[in-house]
Amino acid sequence: MKRTIPLFISAVTGFVLICTAFIPKFVDWGNDAMAWFNILAAFAFILGGGNLLKMQLQKISAQQAGWGYSAVTLIAFFITLIVGLLKVGVHPNINFPEYAWSGDYLEEGSAFWWLFEYIFYPLSATMFALLAFYISSAAFRAFRAKNTEATILLLIAVIVLLGRTYAGVWLTSWLPNEPILGTSGITYSDFHLSHLSEIIMDDFTTPGMRAITIGIALGVASTSLKVLLGVDRSYLGSDQEA
Amino acid sequence: MKQSTLIWTLLMIFGGLGLLSVQIFRTQGAVYVREVPVEAKASQPESPEQVYRWSKYQQVPAKEKGEPGVSFSLSRTIGLWVAAFCTLAIFSFLYGDNPLYKFTESVFVGVSAGYAMVVAFWTEIVTNLFAKLLPGLARISFFPDMEEGTKASLLYLIPLVLSVLLLWRLAPKGSWIARWPLAFFIGATAGIRLISYLEADFVGQIQNTIMPFIVFDSKGAFLWIESLRNSIVIVGVLSCMVYFFFSIEHEGIIKYISRLGVWFLMVTFGASFAYTVMGRIALLSGRLNFLFNDWLGI
Repeated sequence: MKRTIPLFISAVTGFVLICTAFIPKFVDWGNDAMAWFNILAAFAFILGGGNLLKMQLQKISAQQAGWGYSAVTLIAFFITLIVGLLKVGVHPNINFPEYAWSGDYLEEGSAFWWLFEYIFYPLSATMFALLAFYISSAAFRAFRAKNTEATILLLIAVIVLLGRTYAGVWLTSWLPNEPILGTSGITYSDFHLSHLSEIIMDDFTTPGMRAITIGIALGVASTSLKVLLGVDRSYLGSDQEA
Repeated sequence: MKQSTLIWTLLMIFGGLGLLSVQIFRTQGAVYVREVPVEAKASQPESPEQVYRWSKYQQVPAKEKGEPGVSFSLSRTIGLWVAAFCTLAIFSFLYGDNPLYKFTESVFVGVSAGYAMVVAFWTEIVTNLFAKLLPGLARISFFPDMEEGTKASLLYLIPLVLSVLLLWRLAPKGSWIARWPLAFFIGATAGIRLISYLEADFVGQIQNTIMPFIVFDSKGAFLWIESLRNSIVIVGVLSCMVYFFFSIEHEGIIKYISRLGVWFLMVTFGASFAYTVMGRIALLSGRLNFLFNDWLGI
């Protein structure tokens, strides 16, 4: 009951959806399944919120180290939730002014928009911007041209980085637009870093990306089959659950 | 206190005081808005004839201060300062883990969770579930533009039941029942992804790689640049695939082909690394632009 039914559900759902791809009449089933899938994903967010609440409340009640931060998390969570769900500060849709709830929940000027604009966005953008420092320092410490492969990686990274910025244009702008002797149509300006970067992106990274994409597709297909055939059951968790 | 810590602390204190003084003397860090009056009439014939009026506010550059209709916005100004505080607090992690960073990190976790739930509620649960199951009620509450007489789609009771089962995971007993919707979730993902990945990524990429080694134009002239580019792509993909093929030993000619594949992969990784760095630096410059331009007005 605990394991057999879920295995049966996943196998039937998966194989039915695979079959519908080959029967034009039932192609819409895939779209319906996607719509259901999105609804379930939305409820998964509620589940996530519930879990967050549970964990933080446990921390607060046990007065673990840093429980004050858990309280801050919960306060921020509830304010966002209440403000967003109640559409605080949202005006009705201009075409239907008599329907108070018809406005967009992210309307400019509303309380939820304020939270997004002045707290959520700055915090998430700064968190990711912080990685610029760490990625640079890690690269500075780890990148050494020890062998051919490492040298290629380093060289390409430098060319692409410079080629896509003004520094690259400035560094190689002195190369004239004149043909190189003994070549047909190749000019010195073809070696501008911006041009080299374009050639690398168009011709040399495409094969690598293509091979990786093919590998990923084969990996996804094999993992999907393993899940549908019940070989991979890791998503069911352990048998110890209540 | 270590000497370096003392120097850093003093630097940060003086820096902070400097920024505050700049703010005070230049009177920056304020947001101005223009009032846009909105007037709307009732949309439905059965609704009482009434004109609804309210105002919307559009942010304007500080130089428009004093123009008619332009006023100081307290809420947005507070927002600007809160955003600047959040940005500086996160950047303070570069100095080391500290209570200010932990505080903003906690706020971020709470706001992110709340934000995700609100977006999921309005875009999926209300739009795709509530409106499908109870179209009449949805029409008179959230979606007045819905067609009158839309019939309920009872098929959507299935995702509703599955969703309730999913939330069962929070219950103290019987949480295993949440495996059923999870199984549907996993099965649907596997079924949809299997076909789409094989179609778009496997067959599609192979199709794109099958191209002529030698290219001629319509007049029969040999195009050596196009031929070289095609050859590089074909040889590159094949050599990378040989490198990924572990069922045979990489010896003899295979060793050299796979080595070439590794070189192509290194080029790809180098370019990807450069793009990642550039993306992060673009974000960083965006934040610095916000601090120096929007907040301080320097």
